[in-house]
Amino acid sequence: MTSILPLELDDVSFEAGGKRLIKDFTCRLDAGPRTVILGANGAGKSLLLRLCHGLIRPTAGHIRWQGVDPGAKQGMVFQRPVMLRRSVAANVDYGLRLRGVPRRERAAIVDDMLGRTGLRRLADRPARVLSFGEQQKLALARVWALKPEVLFLDEPTASLDPAATHAVEELIDAMHREGTRIVMTTHDLGQAKRIANEVMFIHRGRLLERAPAVRFFECPENDLAQAFVRGELLWWRLGKDRQKISKPN
Amino acid sequence: MTDLSDAFRAAFALIAGLDPALAEIVLLSLQVSLGAVAVATLIGMPVGAAMALFRFPGRAALLVLLNALMGLPPVVVGLIVYLALSRAGPLGVFGLLFTPTAMIIAQVILVTPIIAALTRQVIEDLWVEYEEQLRSLGAGPARAVPSLLWDGRFALLTSVLAGFGRASAEVGAVMIVGGNIDHVTRVMTTAIALETSKGDLALALGLGVILMTLALGVNAAAYLTKEWAQRRYG
Amino acid sequence: MTTTTKRSNPTARAVAWRALLVAAALTLAAVGAPSGLAADKFITVASTTSTQNSGLYDYMLPIFTKKIGIEVRVVAVGTGQAIKLAEKGDADVLFVHHKPSELKFVEAGFGVKRTDVMYNDFVIVGPKKDPAGIKGMKKAAAALAKVAAAKAPFASRGDNSGTNKAELALWQKANVDPKKASGTWYRETGSGMGATLNTAVGMNAYALTDRATWLKFKNRGDLEIVVEGDDVLFNQYGIILVNPNKHGHVKVDLGQKFIDWVIGAEGQAVIAAYKIGGEPAFFANAPKGGS
Repeated sequence: MTSILPLELDDVSFEAGGKRLIKDFTCRLDAGPRTVILGANGAGKSLLLRLCHGLIRPTAGHIRWQGVDPGAKQGMVFQRPVMLRRSVAANVDYGLRLRGVPRRERAAIVDDMLGRTGLRRLADRPARVLSFGEQQKLALARVWALKPEVLFLDEPTASLDPAATHAVEELIDAMHREGTRIVMTTHDLGQAKRIANEVMFIHRGRLLERAPAVRFFECPENDLAQAFVRGELLWWRLGKDRQKISKPN
Repeated sequence: MTDLSDAFRAAFALIAGLDPALAEIVLLSLQVSLGAVAVATLIGMPVGAAMALFRFPGRAALLVLLNALMGLPPVVVGLIVYLALSRAGPLGVFGLLFTPTAMIIAQVILVTPIIAALTRQVIEDLWVEYEEQLRSLGAGPARAVPSLLWDGRFALLTSVLAGFGRASAEVGAVMIVGGNIDHVTRVMTTAIALETSKGDLALALGLGVILMTLALGVNAAAYLTKEWAQRRYG
Repeated sequence: MTTTTKRSNPTARAVAWRALLVAAALTLAAVGAPSGLAADKFITVASTTSTQNSGLYDYMLPIFTKKIGIEVRVVAVGTGQAIKLAEKGDADVLFVHHKPSELKFVEAGFGVKRTDVMYNDFVIVGPKKDPAGIKGMKKAAAALAKVAAAKAPFASRGDNSGTNKAELALWQKANVDPKKASGTWYRETGSGMGATLNTAVGMNAYALTDRATWLKFKNRGDLEIVVEGDDVLFNQYGIILVNPNKHGHVKVDLGQKFIDWVIGAEGQAVIAAYKIGGEPAFFANAPKGGS
């Protein structure tokens, strides 16, 4: 089974509404580490993820996967999970059905996934009545069942309480241990510190720094990264005379 | 309002007496309307879903046309179908005029735009909600159609009921293409028209009461089914 | 590069197809069942709402079907529409009551032959208060002239039916052109007899109607018969077989059997026996000895 990694982004830009939201992004993602894409809100993290996952196309530059059928080997978990109007088990079953997995196998996989995510007792409940935390766990179960090689997560715990956040982070860790490449976005420094093996710091659509996690949090090179790690709110924009103006993006 | 109390009395008398003529008329009405709605759903839902999910040249014009067709006057549709099915017309060889089949055809033409337009709206809204997630799981718009139709089933049921309401309530089209022939093409609405023209207003109203009860029954059944299914499946 | 996977998905598609087949089967059953596939011996008769509303068919046809074994499907519309129906070949037999139109129908080759069947008469009904003062008059045309003079409301069918044409002939005889007053005291409903009577009752207006419809009419309101008995109010019914040369599919044998029965001794006796409220509604007058 050929791998779809490494993923190469080559001078990728994305423009919408006359504005460039992702600018000249170049990077390469190999197999292995848990990558956290860090940045303030509006930095372009979600856009970047969607570009990589193929939900939107770049206006310039190239995105290259390896191997055949890269789409089938990726998954994505969104900040707000979208549950199908059916039972919990049926939601997990859905992706497997799409890929033509035979019924008996599907039942086994669904059961396994529900067990791992602690949702087995909710298997027949309508997915929409679950709490946010449970829904996000279901979203993970749903995508885990497909055994993706790469998993993109877009601020998956932004709306969750600490207990649910912890549960989700454990699941992400479990998936990583079983071989899934994790690429996750967050604006939460604490979460980034807990999860990241490497950090890509984005600001206003540009990749400003990429480094192994320990080094990044201890001594980031980029000044904006430094400000961010210090906990500052990156609200400003540098005017012509290098003064901080409060004009938003 | 003696007419109204006479009407209720007439209605109860008919039902209590298990009037066989009434039973025949009610059965035919249900066959025609339900049959028309079934066919209209088979045609209208895929068309509506396609319009919601795919962009193609002329889509905007089709959209406007579809919404406009919802207001087709039944009597005009009846006239056009009559001219088509008449022996002197293009489809005359089939000898379908003055049969329940002709009535179903006319009602299919009336009901399909409603179901298509409402389905389009439902599917479009659902796709906005689901698109990213479904694409991520590997389902583009084409593969997603059955899932969208299933997930939107409650709203789509409402559109089917709207279609049924239109079909069971109309009289203009079925009168022209059916001919209101006793025991053959007489349905509730044409029977009401006939009794009205005979001046038997109490009986006409009584039949009207029964017709409305039928419509209530169908809608109540649909509502209860929806409630039960919602509790079970969400 | 896209992420949409195009894998074959036999299970979902199979389910979808199965559902479609079931739905199609149900639909065909619904459509096929009531289309009267059982009744193969039937004829279609184009007739008028007046005849239908008199109840004659409800009385006469079951007797015929029982005796001869042919189902008779009556499409009751206005005379003009009935004739049009027959011209287009959508009926096998034409049974209306306006001799001039019927003769034209046969002359133009749409019908085989016209035969008298029965007659009844028209009556003028009006409000009990009788604003035009025509109650009891013996001459219909004169009565209508008084209605016009008094500008009393009059409800006309205005639908090109036999009754309507008879009414217009009366106005002509009275030297009045009511169409000039259309929309004022002369109201053209463009409807069948029953609907027009409903309107007349609602407006407390005069109207011309055939006696049988009136006898059966249940919504009389404040109206009663004010003029009757004039010879010109005579209303003759005729029956015609649609010409198979014009429309090859016409059921000639079955249609002729129906006509023969109607104008024969048995049918005529049945017509004569039909009563509304104890009074005969029609007078059978087919020529003796068949046609």
